[in-house]
Amino acid sequence: MADFEPVLLANVGKADSWTLPVYEQNGGYQAIRKVLGGMSPVDVIETVKSSGLRGRGGAGFPTGLKWTFLPKDHPGPIYMCVNADESEPATFNNRILMEDDPHQVIEGIMLGCFATRARVAYLYIRVEYPTAYKRLQSAIDECYATGKLGQNINGTDFSLDIFLHRGAAAYICGEETGLIESLEGKRAWPRIKPPFPAVEGAFRKPTVVNNIETLACLPHIINRGVDWFKSIGIPSTGPRDPGSYGPKLYCVSGHVEKPGCYEAPLGLTTRELIERFGGGVWKGRKGKMSVPGGVSMGLMTEKEWDIPLDFAGPGKVGCLGLGTAAVTVMDETVGIFDYLTYTCRFFAHESCGQCTPCREGTSWSERILQRIMAGKGRLKDIELLNTIGNSIGITPGTTICGLADGAAWPMKNAVTKYRDEMEAFIKKTNPNGWGVEDAVEALQLVQLGH
Amino acid sequence: MAAGTANGVTWTKPILTPEIRAEISAYFPRYPNKQAVTLPALHIVNEKLRCVPMEAIPEIAEMLELSPAQVHDTLSFYGFFKAEPHGTVRAWVCRSISCALRGGDEVLDAMCNKLGVKPGGMTADGKVTLEFGECLGVCEHAPAMLANDKVYKNMTAEQAGLLADELRAQADAGG
Ligand SMILES: Cc1cc2nc3c(=O)[nH]c(=O)nc-3n(C[C@H](O)[C@H](O)[C@H](O)COP(=O)(O)O)c2cc1C
Ligand code: SF4
Ligand code: FES
Repeated sequence: MADFEPVLLANVGKADSWTLPVYEQNGGYQAIRKVLGGMSPVDVIETVKSSGLRGRGGAGFPTGLKWTFLPKDHPGPIYMCVNADESEPATFNNRILMEDDPHQVIEGIMLGCFATRARVAYLYIRVEYPTAYKRLQSAIDECYATGKLGQNINGTDFSLDIFLHRGAAAYICGEETGLIESLEGKRAWPRIKPPFPAVEGAFRKPTVVNNIETLACLPHIINRGVDWFKSIGIPSTGPRDPGSYGPKLYCVSGHVEKPGCYEAPLGLTTRELIERFGGGVWKGRKGKMSVPGGVSMGLMTEKEWDIPLDFAGPGKVGCLGLGTAAVTVMDETVGIFDYLTYTCRFFAHESCGQCTPCREGTSWSERILQRIMAGKGRLKDIELLNTIGNSIGITPGTTICGLADGAAWPMKNAVTKYRDEMEAFIKKTNPNGWGVEDAVEALQLVQLGH
Repeated sequence: MAAGTANGVTWTKPILTPEIRAEISAYFPRYPNKQAVTLPALHIVNEKLRCVPMEAIPEIAEMLELSPAQVHDTLSFYGFFKAEPHGTVRAWVCRSISCALRGGDEVLDAMCNKLGVKPGGMTADGKVTLEFGECLGVCEHAPAMLANDKVYKNMTAEQAGLLADELRAQADAGG
């Protein structure tokens, strides 16, 4: 593993890496030429299926398999929605790919669209990414100017348009059906599934939704082959485990010396990420805990840092999953309630409000945290947080989308893993009131901005 | 041309200039229906007017062949679009976890103090609107800010003071 050469980030750092000439000098657009030169859409789907590629956007669904859910022989149109909403706190790998190697992303989109017979791709990009937006648009313009996009590409019957579509600062637009609703010009309220987007998605047509990093893997799978891809990462352990194959972009931020986005084979551990790439916990301090893959995935203790960050690893220590493989490191000075304050206020702000358990549960937990931080916590609040955590989400079956599960996991993990610290904090900061059982008033919520 | 006053600002109707209309119409061929141009249209109006005034909504709706309520319903979901103009420069301070761990909340406080506003507020001279943002996707540079399409990296409370002056200067230079 020490000699692993970056693949997805290979061009990042080169001068003008975002321009067409540089991309082509480094072997760019060979994969799409190869595919147009003699592969069928089914060939591409089969290749991606056998590669074991799983979605990098958070859910880890096998990409090739998802494409097979599209109706056969559909007259069209079929749409591709490229998910570049990237709003999961601590995650920035999509941004780096789009800013520094937009043509790699575009080639990935071309391959994905060829395979799924989509002829229009909408790339939904969060509005907070102005540089990525500009680089992508100029890369798309370069492609139209050189006949790589548009009608009858390379003289074949493959045609493709890619349109950038800007979001408007709402995390929920990353959820695939929220994205579709938003694209259609509506509030980004996630849809009840089924039907899944593959059957009925954008504009009520079959739709593929894929993440930027997922698509960026495609040119390499086509160029280097399935065996190469499967030689990287953690193999499947049995028929029910699809494995964790391929290179992965790991983000590390928070209390490390060298925050950044680093590429490694799937299965890197948190400790390796921090020590080998992140320059260690900052200021010579000890690490205490971490977010495993965006805040939605819950909380890992320092003792759990040797668990591989592959699709199966975080679940073994009670986390929700690999998520975006974006790690936030917290040193020994961070209190468990500090962590919960940051996560709960995020989800309270970002709940779309459609499902009552999520809307009320997230804002209630934020108010509880505010009260605890103001020295008015009760031991009972720990139980309340746990109850809210157990009551909201797809897991208990009370909400439409997974945002609520993401809100629940930090609370549940915190109570399971740090109950002693929580009790001690409340007793210390509220010596006279920690035992109160009766309902207490919420603090006046400070209304901040939007 | 009729004039309408709302939110303390006087808008001359029609609010959508021929240029704005042309820009919006250019998006129609991209989508199978006009409703999908709602967000692009709101962005275009917002960029030109630094807000989306209530009075503009019927005009946008007419272009998109929607009812004003449909456009307003969508607009109101996204906190990004405001009815009243934001400052010449609009700035966001990240308050999510990776920034908070490195002093993001302190940077937000310092910026607020220096500019004399609360989060979401605009300076009295109309030059700068300061908001908090959730993770801006630049956590490797935490604590981070975004203003005028530029990311400000590894902020400290002291730098916030300097940046407040710089943002005012940018506003004087036209935003
Ligand atoms: C609340 C929520 C937010 C999400 N945000 C994103 C996001 O920003 N980017 C992304 O690619 N996927 C996000 N997802 C996952 C998408 O719903 C979807 O699974 C993914 O885009 C599929 O692409 P993939 O298979 O290539 O990973 C989110 C899911 C949920 C529940
Ligand atoms: S779970 Fe929350 S974010 Fe998801 S649809 Fe329901 S209210 Fe909206
Ligand atoms: S947490 Fe601030 S940019 Fe990500």
